[in-house]
Order: sequence, then structure tokens, then C-alpha cells
Amino acid sequence: MNDLITLTIDGCSVAVAPGATLLQAAREAGIEIPVICYHEATTSNGLCRTCVVEVEGWRVLAAACVTQAAANMVVHTQSERVLRSRRTILEMLNSAVDLSEAPAIQQMMQDNGADPQRFPGASKRKFELLDDNPMYVRDYAKCVLCWRCVQVCAEDAQYTYALSFEGRGFQSMIATFFDLPLPATTCVFCGQCVGVCPTNALKPRREWLLEQGKTPEEIIALTPRQGRRKRN
Amino acid sequence: MSKLDLPLLQRQLQPYQSEGRTALLPALQAVQEIYGYIPEDAAKEIGRALGVPLADIYGVIEFYSLFYPQPVGSTVVHICTDIACALHGGEQMLEDACRRFGIQEGETSADGFFTIQRSPCLGLCEHAPAALVGQSAVGQIDRYPLEQLLAGEIPRPQGVFGGTQRRLTANCGKGRPASLTEYLASGGYAGLRRALSLTPAAVIAEIKESGLVGRGGAAFPTGLKWEGAAQAPGEPKYVVCNADESEPGTFKDRGLMEEDPHRTLEGMIIAGYAIGASKGYIYVRGEYPHAYAALSHAVSEAQAAGFLGKNILGSGFDCEIELRRGAGAYICGEETALFESIEGKRGFPRLKPPFPTTHGLFGKPTVINNVETLCNVPLILANGAAAYRQIGTEKSPGSKLFCLSGDVKSPGIYEALFGISLRTLLYDLAGGMRTESPLQAVLIGGAAGAFATPAQLDVEMSFEALKSAGLPLGSGVILALDQTRDLRRVMLNLAHFFAHESCGKCYPCQIGTQRQLEILERLADAKPLQGDPERLADVGWTMSDASLCGLGQTAATAVLSAMRIWPELFGASQ
Repeated sequence: MNDLITLTIDGCSVAVAPGATLLQAAREAGIEIPVICYHEATTSNGLCRTCVVEVEGWRVLAAACVTQAAANMVVHTQSERVLRSRRTILEMLNSAVDLSEAPAIQQMMQDNGADPQRFPGASKRKFELLDDNPMYVRDYAKCVLCWRCVQVCAEDAQYTYALSFEGRGFQSMIATFFDLPLPATTCVFCGQCVGVCPTNALKPRREWLLEQGKTPEEIIALTPRQGRRKRN
Repeated sequence: MSKLDLPLLQRQLQPYQSEGRTALLPALQAVQEIYGYIPEDAAKEIGRALGVPLADIYGVIEFYSLFYPQPVGSTVVHICTDIACALHGGEQMLEDACRRFGIQEGETSADGFFTIQRSPCLGLCEHAPAALVGQSAVGQIDRYPLEQLLAGEIPRPQGVFGGTQRRLTANCGKGRPASLTEYLASGGYAGLRRALSLTPAAVIAEIKESGLVGRGGAAFPTGLKWEGAAQAPGEPKYVVCNADESEPGTFKDRGLMEEDPHRTLEGMIIAGYAIGASKGYIYVRGEYPHAYAALSHAVSEAQAAGFLGKNILGSGFDCEIELRRGAGAYICGEETALFESIEGKRGFPRLKPPFPTTHGLFGKPTVINNVETLCNVPLILANGAAAYRQIGTEKSPGSKLFCLSGDVKSPGIYEALFGISLRTLLYDLAGGMRTESPLQAVLIGGAAGAFATPAQLDVEMSFEALKSAGLPLGSGVILALDQTRDLRRVMLNLAHFFAHESCGKCYPCQIGTQRQLEILERLADAKPLQGDPERLADVGWTMSDASLCGLGQTAATAVLSAMRIWPELFGASQ
């Protein structure tokens, strides 16, 4: 037990194993820190910054999902600085992205007093839904750029490398090589990207067709059963 | 798309094949030189040759402004519309050029000869308004007919150097690179000779003793950085020169590289010896073709003379330097984004820690220094740390290059000792205001800097004095604004820059730079919405406090400083 690290989070003393992140340490203490891009199965990039916390003595806020706990750290997860940033990040995200199918983020907005109308007249990222394969549809207007799909398509899981990004800054989006339809890429339709998408930007095609009011019979007719073995 | 001559292309990609992904940007640049853009089939060949996934290649092409996935005109004309050029009619120049061809910015003339593009700061602020026509820098383009500009018939602008000191700029001002012979005649490579006679640890001790701190903007003690990399486990180690100068209003590194390239090389070789690195990279921004050419030539000269290569000056120390060209991304001036770029990736900044001294280029211990920082190193080694400390202030020893631009009579690169006053720089060295309109404000440190008022003219230009005045030295930008300037327009211009250059990795900067731009657009058009000042402040503080890297953390500093100084500019909520 001697090698545990002791730190203080929101006034509670917490002991964690070396290497633990502040996010893990907080959970240990029963303190929940909101996260969007973080996923246990993917490499943490600390990019949504929703999990920022204030570490006493640090110049800027720290992303809890990637900051390692250190002895005697004094951490605040609910300070004025933290709440201002967290609320503003959520408000800005909501102003840019269609979060209608992201109930967890909507809840997070409520919990943090984020005003869904904070940025009137703000430009939203708009994309046409991409329906280019029998397995899943891509509705990038709902994409929060958490990077998980790109990561599971690459070294975090599948080593398929079908996805990367286009553009830069606010104009960034997930893309294939020269925007080719998925069947023309290295995609193997493993479905892992769909599984880790937090906002339904990626959705099984059959589910989407159901939502479009198609009957199961129509859906079966619309989705070819590829790869099924033929019996004689 | 016409079929590509694949066997020819494959031969041209051959030299990059063994290097793998790190050769991605050079290979894309080579392909673009052949075809004028990057055809899909050529990108596939690159993927095959270097073993890089195709999606990643597309991601890289899309990240950098100077890569074109679609055909462009045979000459791309980049017209600068960032702050220094905007003050001198850059927008009008862009508009005129587009009108000449009846096209919008970013489009190509009907004859296919010219593509007209809006460009971020080209580092030619002392020649505003400026442009890059193909691979040629041109200045004061408002003085020439457009036809002459497009024909590339305007002479290359000469560097303007001045100041109270000529230490770092001793060989500058000729309008051409100093040759090796000239550099040697001025005492060049004496610092390297002395360094090689010392132990690496003694070289680091000398740099620490000199009190040299980084000149790129972060002001980190150079000796400490070197010591960190020298002591870090892991081989090989690297020295990287950050020559991706792109902070709006900054042009000092361009001047140093174009006119005295050996000084940068000498600083790098000494750094390599000190930390035990035999390989160095200079990452020159893509918009600096003349600096790249000057450095390339200097590397060949240094190799031929035995200052680079195997067993340098008989010391047993080997060092080689490879030049890399950026491809249009301000973020690659951020040190970890620069590593990513050399590694053949999108220029996304990495999380820190770990820091470059332990996990830098290719994950190895790395020293990365700015051009001007490295140019101080030969002086310190040649004359000793004690001599170096005798100039400047106690806490900011040495001299500094200041980039004077905007509404001053004589914009240029001015070398002065730390401790000089802002007033002396503006009114004595740069000749005071350009017109009769008096000074309204000074933008210090660049787009990522802060505003100062005429009441602060007597501030001493040193790290310590500026810090207590709440001003950043940044990269040494001093951009004067007279009273005819609408500061809201100035801020809008800065906001546009950041929105264009945000990499898009972290949410605060990815969305915040866009929201900041939108709010400042309303403000500049005198159509603010209720709550806009509060909104702007929230966006600014969130970017400053929660962004992943220095770009986002400074994308609102100028605006926030203006909100403090001139709250009336932002108006009360209506």
C-alpha cells in the first residue's frame, strides 16, 4: 500500500495507484467528471476538454482523462473556472452540432447549466447524410469529432485505416480517402466505429431505414445479405 | 483526369521509399511540383511507396493549405490579408486581383494560369501589402500594376535591418545570403570550434550561465532544455530548428535565414554536440522559399567545408542537417505539431507531458529551438557567457530582434538590447508614425499577443518588465496602430486568422475560434446581439483556460486585453 499516491479532490483525500489519471482518481472518490471523447476502449486524446479540472498552482486547466495524479495535488472539479469552461464548451458544441440523438450530452448540458440557445445565429456544421453502403449510414451533422471512429478503425482496434479527417479547425470532419464511398475504401464493415459513436452520427442502416418509416419487408429488400453462404 | 505516367511517378518516388511515413510531406510536395496538384492516383502511389494508409494521406493533404487535391492554376498567387498587410490595403489587393479575372478568392482564372488565394501572414510585414507569386515573395504590391505582379516582374523585397546593435544581424542587410567566406570572416564557426574543445556538459553549462531564453514566444531557458534532452534516456536524439515562423507581424527569422543562414546552422551543430544528437532538422515554413534556398545552399557549403558531416573539425562528432518545408499551417510552429508534421502526419499538437526533451521527434529526446534562439548560441560560445550577460538586462541578457510594422514610418527588423523602451523602438528606430495621425495602440507579441496603449510607451522591453506590465514579448512583434484605425476591425482580422489556423483537435479552439470570429463580425458591423460582450468573454476565457495547446490558449489574448483596456469598444448589451 506504500506506493499509493495521495491527492485531494474537491476536499476529499484520495489514494490511487501510480499512473492513475485524475478522472480515475475522481471516480475512486465517487466524484463524477463529465466526458465526451473519453472511452475506455480507445486511446485518450484529451480533446473534448469537457473533463477539465483545476489543479492548484497550474497555469491552465487540465484534462482529467489524460492528466496523471501526482502526490499532494489539490484538484477542483467544480471551481468557477472549471464550470465556466465546461458550460461554454457544451454551449459551443450544441451550437455547432445536431445533438438531438445524444441524450447523454443533453443531460450533461442540463447538469452544467448550459443554455442551448447561448449562441444565436451561430453557424452549424451541415452535411448531407451519407448512405453509401448496406451496413451503416453516416450523418456527420451529428458528429462531435470525438475521433473514436478513426481510432478504432486504426490502431485502437481494427487496423483498417479507412477513416481520417478532411479540413481543419471548425471545417474539420471525418473523411475517407478523397471522400470515396465506403465500399471503395479499406473498410471491412466490422461495425466498431458504429459501436463507439456517442451521438448516432454513425447508425446501422436498418435502424435508420426503420426510422424512415420503412417496413421490415422493405428493409430486407433494400439491404442485400452479402456474404451469406449458398446451400445446395 | 488524364492517366498518369505511373512508371515515371514510381521512379520519382523511389528516393522517398526507404524513409517511410516521415517522407510523406516531401513526397506530396514532389508530386505537386510535377502535376501542380495532387491527383488521387498519385496519392495512391505515394501510399504504396511509403506504406501509408490512403485515408491518412488524404487527411494530410486536407490539413495543409498549400496542398491542393484539385487542379489549380499554373501560378498560385497568395495575397496576404493579415494584420500588417490589411492595414496597407491587402483586402483591396485581393479584391482587385479577383476582379481582374472575374473570379472569387480561391478560384482559378478561365485561362488556367492563375489561382488567387487569400493568404495568412507571409512574414513580409515590412513590405506590406505583400504577396507570394508562385515561389517568389513580392512586397508593396500596391505600387505596381497588377499585370506586372502576375508576371513576377516585381523585384524581391530586400530585408530591412536596423537597430542599436548588430550582433545577431551583423551579416544582414546585403539583400542576399552571407556566404560561408563572409560568415567566417565575421568570426563565424568560432563558437563551434570552441564548443568542440569543451565537453558537451561544459557547453550546456555555458548556455545555462548565459541566461539565454527561447525567442519563439514561450521564453523557456535554453540551457535547461538542452540539459533535459542530454540527460534523457533514449537514442538517437534530435535537434530541431523551428523555422516555421508564422505569427502575424513576425519576420525576424525570415531575415536571419535569408541573409545569414550559417548562423542558424552553427547554433544547431553546437546544440547537437551538447545533447549528443547527430541529426538535425530545420522545418522552414512553406511560404519562405527564399529562406529555404539560402539554408539549402548553406548546408552544402558547411558540408563541403567540414562543419557538417562526419568527424566535424576532427572532433569525432558527426552531425547532419535535413531541411523540411512546411505546407501552410500556423499550428506547425507549435513544437509537437511540428514533430507530427516531420513524421508525416496532420499537424495536431500532442498532449504535454511528456515534453520534447524526453519524448520529441519520433518519440526520442529532442531539443527544439527557434531560429533566433539558435543564432544567439554561436555568440555565447565564441565570447563566453560572461560577455553575453554584460548586455541586456540582468534577467533578460542579450539582444533581441523586434519586428516593427503597421503605421510606423520605417518598418523593419530592429536589433536592440533588452531593456530598450517601446518609445525608443517606435519613435527613434522606426521613425515614428507614418502619417500625422498619432498612435492609438500597439499590438505586442503578434496575433497571440496583447494590446498596449500610448500610456505604456515607456515600458522597458524585457521579459521581466513586460510581464509586470501584463504584456507578452511573444515573438517580438511591435505593430503600431494610428488613430484612424478601427480596433474592432483589427480584432476581427486577428479572429479570422485564428479561425483559419485552428487545427480542430480540441473543442474550445475548434469551435471557439469560429464563435469569436462571428461575434467580432457583428461587433465590427455595429450589429451586436444582446449579451455579445459576455459571450465573447466566455469564449475567450474558455479558449485561454481549457484549450489543449498554445494556439487555443492565446487565440483570445489580444481580444481579452482590448476588453480590459477599452470596454466601451464592445458596447453594453442592448
